[in-house]
Amino acid sequence: MTSMKTILETPATLPPDNSAAGMSSHRSLLRVIVAKFLQNKLAVIGLICLVLIIFSALFAPWLAQHDPNFQNLRLRLAPPSADNWLGTDHLGRDLFSRILFAGRVSLFVGFSAMLGAVTIGTALGAIAGYYGGRVDAVIMRLVDVVISFPNIFLLIALVAIFQPTLDKLIMVFALLSWTGTARLVRGEFLSLKQREFVLAARTLGMSPARIIFSQILPNAMGPIIVAATLAVGAFILAESALSFLGLGVQPPTATWGNMLTSAQGVRIFREAWWYPTFPGLMIFITVLSFNFVGDGLRDALDPKVLER
Amino acid sequence: MTAQRQDATTITPSTETAKPLLEVKNLKKYFAVKSGVLQRTVGTIKAVDDVSFSIYPGETLGLVGESGCGKSTTGRTIIRLYEPTEGQIIFDGEDVSQQSERHLAHFRRNMQMVFQDPFSSLNPRKTVGTLLAEPFSVHGLFRGERQHRVDALMETVGLNPALKNRYPHEFSGGQRQRISIARALALRPKLIIGDEPVSALDVSIQSQVLNLMADLQDEFELTYLFIAHDLAVVKHISDRIGVMYLGNLVELTNKANLYREPLHPYTQALLSAVPKSHPNESRPDRVLLQGEIPSPANPPTGCVFNTRCPKAMDHCRQAKPTLIEHKPDHWIACHLYD
Repeated sequence: MTSMKTILETPATLPPDNSAAGMSSHRSLLRVIVAKFLQNKLAVIGLICLVLIIFSALFAPWLAQHDPNFQNLRLRLAPPSADNWLGTDHLGRDLFSRILFAGRVSLFVGFSAMLGAVTIGTALGAIAGYYGGRVDAVIMRLVDVVISFPNIFLLIALVAIFQPTLDKLIMVFALLSWTGTARLVRGEFLSLKQREFVLAARTLGMSPARIIFSQILPNAMGPIIVAATLAVGAFILAESALSFLGLGVQPPTATWGNMLTSAQGVRIFREAWWYPTFPGLMIFITVLSFNFVGDGLRDALDPKVLER
Repeated sequence: MTAQRQDATTITPSTETAKPLLEVKNLKKYFAVKSGVLQRTVGTIKAVDDVSFSIYPGETLGLVGESGCGKSTTGRTIIRLYEPTEGQIIFDGEDVSQQSERHLAHFRRNMQMVFQDPFSSLNPRKTVGTLLAEPFSVHGLFRGERQHRVDALMETVGLNPALKNRYPHEFSGGQRQRISIARALALRPKLIIGDEPVSALDVSIQSQVLNLMADLQDEFELTYLFIAHDLAVVKHISDRIGVMYLGNLVELTNKANLYREPLHPYTQALLSAVPKSHPNESRPDRVLLQGEIPSPANPPTGCVFNTRCPKAMDHCRQAKPTLIEHKPDHWIACHLYD
């Protein structure tokens, strides 16, 4: 015990510089991430845009001055004015109101499909990466099969067979798009399961489920969050594309994509530029913002910066 | 397994009559080398090839060897991080080598490991307090008083319990290794395997951690299997020392014998390479080994050391020597002493 005491009294046990640094960097991980994210101007702009867009969608019923589906046939293709801020469409509906309500649908599709895809992908990727061997081989071949489908054609075929409703659309998106996350998560698990803290958990007798969820997954969250953010943008774009082709969400429910469908035609381009421009701009800004925020998160969550 | 192999139970220090805490009998760990699309096995890495030894309660057995000689694999196979290919691991009278994880609860509480890299062995997303409470929560112990236990653990290893809400990255390497030791100690195990626990630390911190481990051994009646490549470190902490080369245990004896009178040519070469701390200190002639360590995927026939051994005979290229007790408490696998 005597030498114990000397150890306890040795100043080197708690180097002063270290404890001082420790004091200021207490719970600093989140702060480092936030600071790193704020350095990226495009990501911050993207985040601001997203917050505005999400809020305007959430509060659409309070922000819109008109019923988005009310047709005023005397005011068809009216230019932007004090009453119709962004003008009206070919049926005399207020574009601003429709864009707000369309945002609700588009964002809902984007987020729900992302949640589905990321959940499936994370679960299967984690199992494949942690257990390896045959389980891994089977899951990864399944990934290959799903990836080998040409997505847009499959989507078109599916919605041509089944009546495209919102939840069916989300389900199809999720079932076709989990593969990227699965591969990503598998890779993370493959490397993390060899780390010594996972081995230490195993020597303690921790159950595989607990090791996967409480030891490995929190350390794999960075790339998953980045992938999820980018996925929302991609799903919004995919939904818009399908709706533009008339295969997505069916009118009169407005989405940014199906608003563009009826905005085609030389006459509208020449006489009512606002009709195709604003829905298109919304798609553009939203998807771009998601990508900027995703890139910003990728840099901010970079493990090389966070480790140690 | 052949009849000519030694019976591992007879590897007993002559002064010792107690029952061994851990007996390793003819342990083998082969890794399959897979290649191609079909992942066919194209070869095996014989990381641990027929190793036997015993550890007695309260002692420290050091395991030394160059990197890649299989000493870490031996430790990890004993604690069942790897499935043993063959052989027995008898811990506390019970063969745990083939038991399923579900039946290992007792074993898991009594054998723990301290890892090499203090930067990788603590989960970066958890506070030290959470990390140290994990052993209790896994085994459902001390519900309600875990935080007191964590405080006590931190004091035991010389850390201030006030720091328990910090994350691992806020500690130095030596402090982290203390945390790792505290975690290994939490369940009051009988045996702790140290997998190069100090080799990633500064020399000054090394001695602190080694002294801590020695003190804890006295206080908690611990038994250590201490894996290292640094002969000075092993000499400092071990009672008996095993020397490994290419997956084989080539010499096993007490500390005094090994450093005074190494028998195996490999051990002699290893010891002659240790720098002396004083220029007047007598130094045996340097035994310089030629060539590189052969690949464990394709080990030489006969004695695995024959390709580099300065005293190799024809016989060494044909027959593999077995570990025999050449002198009391001095085991050696070499044809020179047949």
